[in-house]
Amino acid sequence: MDNKNYKAWLYLLPAIIFLGVFMVYPLIDVFIYSFEEGYNSASQTFFGVGTYNYSYILHDPYFLQAVKNTFILVLFTVPISTGIALLISLGLSSIKPLRNLFQTVYFLPYVTNTLAVGLVFMILFKKTPYTDGLVNLIINFFGMSSVNFIDGPYAAKMFVLCFYTVWVVMPFKILILTSALASVKQDYYNAAKVDGTSRLRTFTRITLPMISPMVFYLIITGFIGAFKAYSDAVALFGTDLNAAEMNTIVGYIYDMLYGNSGGFPSYASAAAIVLFAIVLTITCINLLVSKKHVHY
Amino acid sequence: MKIVLENLTKKFPSRNKKSPEPVVAVNNFNFEIPDGKLIGLLGPSGCGKSTTLNLICGLQKPTEGKIYFGDDDVTQLPAENRGVGLVFQNYALYPHMTVKQNIMFPLGNLKGKDKLTKAQMEEKAYAIAKLVQIDELMDRKPAELSGGQQQRVAIARALVKMPRVLLLDEPLSNLDARLRLQTREEIKRIQKETGITTIFVTHDQEEAMSISDMIVVMKDGILQQIGKPQQVYDDPVNLFVAKFLGTPPISVFDGRISGGKLYIGDDAVLDVNGCEDEPVYVGIRPEGFILDDNGAFHCNLSGVEVMGRDISIVCSNPACHAPVIRAIVSSDSSVNVSSADVRFALKPHKVLVFSKETEKRIYFETK
Repeated sequence: MDNKNYKAWLYLLPAIIFLGVFMVYPLIDVFIYSFEEGYNSASQTFFGVGTYNYSYILHDPYFLQAVKNTFILVLFTVPISTGIALLISLGLSSIKPLRNLFQTVYFLPYVTNTLAVGLVFMILFKKTPYTDGLVNLIINFFGMSSVNFIDGPYAAKMFVLCFYTVWVVMPFKILILTSALASVKQDYYNAAKVDGTSRLRTFTRITLPMISPMVFYLIITGFIGAFKAYSDAVALFGTDLNAAEMNTIVGYIYDMLYGNSGGFPSYASAAAIVLFAIVLTITCINLLVSKKHVHY
Repeated sequence: MKIVLENLTKKFPSRNKKSPEPVVAVNNFNFEIPDGKLIGLLGPSGCGKSTTLNLICGLQKPTEGKIYFGDDDVTQLPAENRGVGLVFQNYALYPHMTVKQNIMFPLGNLKGKDKLTKAQMEEKAYAIAKLVQIDELMDRKPAELSGGQQQRVAIARALVKMPRVLLLDEPLSNLDARLRLQTREEIKRIQKETGITTIFVTHDQEEAMSISDMIVVMKDGILQQIGKPQQVYDDPVNLFVAKFLGTPPISVFDGRISGGKLYIGDDAVLDVNGCEDEPVYVGIRPEGFILDDNGAFHCNLSGVEVMGRDISIVCSNPACHAPVIRAIVSSDSSVNVSSADVRFALKPHKVLVFSKETEKRIYFETK
């Protein structure tokens, strides 16, 4: 190893040590745990090695519910939030007066505390002895009967969770997309305009391809973020998510680790590995799709 | 397509709060561009050339005045309905499309009865690509092309829908010197072959002179002169136009007219009849000097530059605005390099006299 090389590794050392200890080692450890049957963290013992942990969680109705919830969450919130964010950014970049004001307003949820946001959603959706919640008041106004969004039917609860997630992730997407739109040079629009390009065609053939790297980035991080959703569900439905049928995969992992006095680290590890596999697959599909549609 | 500009004015609101006077980018333009000609819009930076171009193509709306294409008043027509092709200074090629897709893009905008099938579009795209000689690059992306090739693609894209008017904004400014020479010939050729009325903007007088059928000289938003390049060069209406055209530039001297004679310093260099006595600026084109041992005009010789066909005599005169005067004479003439002095006779038609007050041209008769 020549001198230069050695120096480079030296500079990298702090990062490598930290990543190794806090990222790589736990990752490997989780992988090992997931194959150790009946691991007990107090006595640090296990009965045997095998795939029983996987078989257990894949037959656990709570886990299957969590997977279903997570997939619904991902499939609805990512496209909807990205789409709405794109519309809002387009709107923002085509208005001049009050643009900064609107940008600030749209960005507020990003800097607002999760619990405060949860409180707002309570006011909107939660049924209390005094009121049915703002949304229900509106529904009543149109002559329909109240829906119990927090403790009621599954679809209503899912709707609230998706709505909440979309609302929370939107500000960041708007921020990224407005700056991406601003970076498209006016000349392209002028060229399109002189050639008589309709607004729709300008958008689909020029604007969208030009900001495609950013849209793609948002979709990938959106997918990953939605797969990791947990705290949002807790903020809305409390800590007993299994009972509320609103658990997510990460919530399930968390419950397995800390629930039931000591928990089942092996099951948690297996669930974590399953989640990892899902996210990896989806991201790979995303990358493959993006090769065709993203222009750098 | 003939283009007529009538009292065309464009004002921009002032950004400076202290002086709310609007900025006048184009001030009361009146001129007519004949059909099928190549026109150079020429002037120093910031004189309103590009604004004029944008007004003609419809990207900006004039504050006052009218624009006609042929007999149609297009002033209120949006850009897409004017039938203009525009080539941008930085080409503005869509980077995510291939050359072919770029050229076909304007055709995809046609609607109704003009709508083309994919095969027709390709046929047109290839025909125009052949004209600008890029038919072998059709599947490349703009980033994989050289500057000159990108320029051709931009021209092809502007031409493919057969516009009534082709507008080029500083078409050569992003090219290196050699390519610039080549491309300007190319533009001339393409314009001739298509016969489309073409206006191009430039701040390079040589470029404008060399290929234009007509040049329009502008300064500070005001039209100075319009005419054939040679005519504008030979017969400028004011000092600005005289100084702006020609390389090496015209030499300007402080002078005066007195008793029918034109004086530079103490030398009575020319007989000028029919002029009143007044202080003037005298402009002499570099080719207006004749070496003559008995000539009336004295200069201090600093050196001689041999350029093969011509020689350039570098000298100075206290009355001259520039520190050096370049006189271009045929290499047949011999100069005594060791002498400190050089004497010239002047060709009367290369001597241009301007009023000191208005900087307007003063015409004179020679005997």
